Amino acid sequence: MHVVVCVKQIPDPAVPGALNADHTLKREGKPILDESDSYGVEMALQLVDAAGGGEVTLISMAANGETAGLRTALAMGAAKAVLVSDPACAGSDALGTAKALAKAVERAGGVDLVLAATESSDGYTGTVPAQIAELLGWPALTFAKKVDIADGKVTIQRQTEAGYDTVQASLPALVSVTAGVVEPRYPSFKGIMAAKNKPVDICTAADLGLDGQVGWAGARQTITNVENAPARQAGEKFEDDGTGFEKVVGFLENLKVI
Amino acid sequence: MTLNNVWVYAEANGDKVTTATLEVITKAREIGTTVSAVYAGTSGDSVAAQVGEYGATTLYVINPGEGLPGQVAAAGIAQLVNEHSPDAVLFVQSYDGRDAMARTSVKLDRPVLTNGFTLTAADGLTFGTAIFGGMVMVDAKYADGGVALIGIRPKSFTAEPSGGGAASVVTVDGFDAGRAGEAKVLERFEEEQTGPKLEEAAVVVSGGRGIGASESYKPLVEELAKALKGAFGASRAIVDAGWVPYALQVGQTGKTVKPKVYIALGISGATQHLVGMKNSDNIIAVNKDGEAPIFGIADLGIVGDVNKVVPALIEAIKNKA
Ligand SMILES: Cc1cc2nc3c(=O)[nH]c(=O)nc-3n(C[C@H](O)[C@H](O)[C@H](O)COP(=O)(O)OP(=O)(O)OC[C@H]3O[C@@H](n4cnc5c(N)ncnc54)[C@H](O)[C@@H]3O)c2cc1C
Ligand SMILES: Nc1ncnc2c1ncn2[C@@H]1O[C@H](COP(=O)(O)O)[C@@H](O)[C@H]1O
Repeated sequence: MHVVVCVKQIPDPAVPGALNADHTLKREGKPILDESDSYGVEMALQLVDAAGGGEVTLISMAANGETAGLRTALAMGAAKAVLVSDPACAGSDALGTAKALAKAVERAGGVDLVLAATESSDGYTGTVPAQIAELLGWPALTFAKKVDIADGKVTIQRQTEAGYDTVQASLPALVSVTAGVVEPRYPSFKGIMAAKNKPVDICTAADLGLDGQVGWAGARQTITNVENAPARQAGEKFEDDGTGFEKVVGFLENLKVI
Repeated sequence: MTLNNVWVYAEANGDKVTTATLEVITKAREIGTTVSAVYAGTSGDSVAAQVGEYGATTLYVINPGEGLPGQVAAAGIAQLVNEHSPDAVLFVQSYDGRDAMARTSVKLDRPVLTNGFTLTAADGLTFGTAIFGGMVMVDAKYADGGVALIGIRPKSFTAEPSGGGAASVVTVDGFDAGRAGEAKVLERFEEEQTGPKLEEAAVVVSGGRGIGASESYKPLVEELAKALKGAFGASRAIVDAGWVPYALQVGQTGKTVKPKVYIALGISGATQHLVGMKNSDNIIAVNKDGEAPIFGIADLGIVGDVNKVVPALIEAIKNKA
């Protein structure tokens, strides 16, 4: 079985974000593997194991040839990666990103299943996975909190407002997984060493026939205003001396909640 | 200036239209002269009555069969857009809404603007979203003409009926969803739910890692919510830890709530949590760390141990009832 995992490399979320003058995201420092995608990588490794063999290929799009996040996922056990990268990718919106990633799936070749996270930590549009599926003409099983594969079919438990739905489709298909579906493994020392020599196939948007469709050109939107959100004022704060609960009671009484 | 035709992708649970859909239809009425809705499901007549009451005059109905409604709907929506050229199609940023907007965007080769929470038409359609966990607001516009595809976060607008009659129902056919329709729903499982819904309750009590253990959720968070006839929620930390189901998560990747009172117990106040609750009318926080960021937005803050404050509070409320 050949499973492809979408892996986004993002600025460390622990570092406060900032924008460049042209409103693109400042990307300084080494990007890291989006934690949301570590679940997809783990899931892919487990599914290939359960299928009794196969391979996990990573795909990613980044503007400047970044591979730090990919190396982390390779160290977890993925075999290789396809990285769509050139400066033309900067400023890509969800649709542009999905076009690049769908081409990367085709380039990886002979793919049974594509895994992605339901949403990225920095962009969180949550539309890239279903867009990739539409571009490939595949079914998409989104918001999975459990994934099983048997007899050429994938079955998931799909998160809903009220609980979950059991959803099934035949392969090839795309599945987006929610955080916490599996426990991502830590790369071993051996894994980290091996990752350094695993193949990363770097291609440009032009190589994939996507000139003008990615980056700012493809996004077709203009940012008209950027400002800080209005801050909410802090109210009163009390140290609890055993009677703190009375303050809450008084507050709720005032609001006629009790 | 208003737009001519604004469309809304309408969602329903069973035959009840979701509140988030009605919020978006209310907004559509304000920015557009005519509002139409598109719905994928089997309760067309009942949905037509409800969306009509909020101002939609036409309801296009798509039969999703056993497929995931949003994914099948996209093929129908794309066909309708090509036929009728609406100015905008608005979606709720929900599970099915995201499926629908994603596939529609590819079919029409149009970018989709996501996570919107403001919309104005005064000077061309302008969409507002927040980045960096709600700290920075960004307004954007399409740089070209053509249909605008926009995803709106729940609770961005207030649903208000217009008193309109049922929308006229138009059945959509002749579209081909291709393999998108192959993802079939085999079975539905509903978690048992007691008390009001998280998104609709007047009081929401949420617990975070500071409650200490999975076993403390019920006696502290659920019991306080029950005493206040409210709903209970959670931070992502305790959802990821497996203490409570994902459906209870409040925040950027969870639900947005806007109750009259929000009570945060043992929650630090990370921006990703705040973005889901900071528009509540009143916020109360209990946290043992006086420097916790949650106090920066709380109307009432108690610096103390939830294990001491909360049981006493529940007791006092019960004695009042
Ligand atoms: C992309 C992304 C999306 C995210 N989405 C969400 C989201 O949707 N929702 C969400 O909530 N988070 C989200 N997060 C996670 C968020 O950044 C925080 O990690 C999370 O909200 C922290 O949860 P917490 O406040 O429960 O835990 P902590 O940050 O660990 O805080 C626990 C608090 O409890 C207090 N405490 C400890 N013991 C006691 C006691 N006995 N009595 C009183 N107080 C006590 C501590 O002082 C501390 O302030 C997201 C993160 C990322 C990167
Ligand atoms: N540039 C990218 N490279 C690889 N995968 C991506 C990229 N952007 C998005 N994805 C995948 O799509 C998911 C949803 O992203 P988004 O729609 O941006 O929230 C992510 O969690 C990734 O799995």
